[in-house]
Amino acid sequence: MKLHRVTALILRHLYLYRRSLPRIMEIFYWPFLDLVIWGFITLYLARYQSEVPGFVTFFLGALILWDVLFRAQQGITITFLEELWARNLMNLFASPLKPSEFLAATMAMSVMKVTFVSIVLAGCALVFYSYNVLIIGVWLIPFVLNLVITGWIIGVLTTSLIMRFGQEAEVLAWSMVFLFQPISCVFYPMEVLPGWLKAIAWANPAAHIFEGMRGVLISGQAPFSNLVWAVGLNSVLLVGVVIWFYRTMAYCKDQGLLVRVGE
Amino acid sequence: MDRMSNSVLTVSKLTKRFGSFTAVDEVSFEIRPGEILGLLGPNGAGKTTTIQMLLGVVTPTSGSIEAFGLDLSTHREAVLQQINFSSTYIAMPQSLTVEENLWVVARLYGMSDIASRVDQIVKKLEMEEFRQKVTRKLSSGQMTRLTLAKALLTAPRLLFLDEPTASLDPDIACKIRSILKEERRSSGLSILYTSHNMREMEEMSDRIIFLQRGRLVAEGTAQAIVDRFGKADLEEVFLNLARESNVPSTP
Repeated sequence: MKLHRVTALILRHLYLYRRSLPRIMEIFYWPFLDLVIWGFITLYLARYQSEVPGFVTFFLGALILWDVLFRAQQGITITFLEELWARNLMNLFASPLKPSEFLAATMAMSVMKVTFVSIVLAGCALVFYSYNVLIIGVWLIPFVLNLVITGWIIGVLTTSLIMRFGQEAEVLAWSMVFLFQPISCVFYPMEVLPGWLKAIAWANPAAHIFEGMRGVLISGQAPFSNLVWAVGLNSVLLVGVVIWFYRTMAYCKDQGLLVRVGE
Repeated sequence: MDRMSNSVLTVSKLTKRFGSFTAVDEVSFEIRPGEILGLLGPNGAGKTTTIQMLLGVVTPTSGSIEAFGLDLSTHREAVLQQINFSSTYIAMPQSLTVEENLWVVARLYGMSDIASRVDQIVKKLEMEEFRQKVTRKLSSGQMTRLTLAKALLTAPRLLFLDEPTASLDPDIACKIRSILKEERRSSGLSILYTSHNMREMEEMSDRIIFLQRGRLVAEGTAQAIVDRFGKADLEEVFLNLARESNVPSTP
């Protein structure tokens, strides 16, 4: 892997954001709007906090952490879509750029987006709702890292599908992640799911993170077991989707789809 | 020295099938150092698919591509580092300025001293007046110059040019041809050149290969091809073969 090729792609996308207000808004506007709406709902429901202890704390915490996952996925998929919209895939893949370098650049963009969004969301939560996300404590770090990786997994999977099925599948960039939301148990514990869905949720690393977060906030218990599951599942799934990405790229090259994907 | 080792590009029995359709059928040719090879053929003859296979973005069904003595399928990175392309039909990212696009390409190919290299290419292609312009605001002629600048920027040893002067006015087109000839003379650049302008093909190409329905049907200098088909000029040969292409082949 050559760093100059990864940084070339990062530079290309930073140039893009430098003069594009809509793209900058896409990073900040929606997360901020989510926070405002859900924040007020949370404040309203907080009147009944005595019935659900720690409700405000884990609801806003869950909202911010869900956005970490969502932005991590978007960072990968939107970066690919930008190349597709610009019909730049031919320029990139006819260069010495390797698929691994392309993925590394999209992951770096994803980390940048997550960082900016997290700072904005955490700051707004503190200012508007006096909610300090650091209340989760040191566990916040492994939680965020694992959610970023889960976001990458969904992002690479979505990117592969768009590469395979073309621009008509681009709606997946925004909708795919929500397929995972019900089984991520973001706002409710896994125990409320029916048995068959609980089994599926168990295979989703994000569900273990949100379970762990609730455990930390409600009872202060160390989420070792949740983290072990999340790390294990993330490792296996990340390797799986990267292999899937390579296979999809090989298929697209064989069928001549890579150069026609933007058409 | 045999011919194989003297070529920068050796294509052997290159074939591409999409299902039952054969886009390129056992095409073999080579490009020698400093040579401009014209690739001619009517629409649908397989020129674009051939170039896409040479650039590694379409996988051949069979056959081999060897550049600089290296097999493209096993040495993709090393081969593509020394190749670039320009096509009227492939744009550059529209939201970046001309200069930003060139910087990204230079970094992608690991160029050193990027600032002076970009200055040099901008000057050579007379792009000073629009170097800070956002790409989407370029005229088609300026866009063509940008894609050509992108291709020459990385100092390739082998260049694939797909109709490089298609949307240029005669003055700029003439300058572009002069620049390409000068690049070839000064750096030994080899070029695979496609165009539908037969006079340009005659002027630019040392040799020409002619594709028809995916098969290589003629190879040689422009004059040799004209003589072989008994026509007055290359345009007549082209029209003759193109019209034959429109007749469905018998099974």
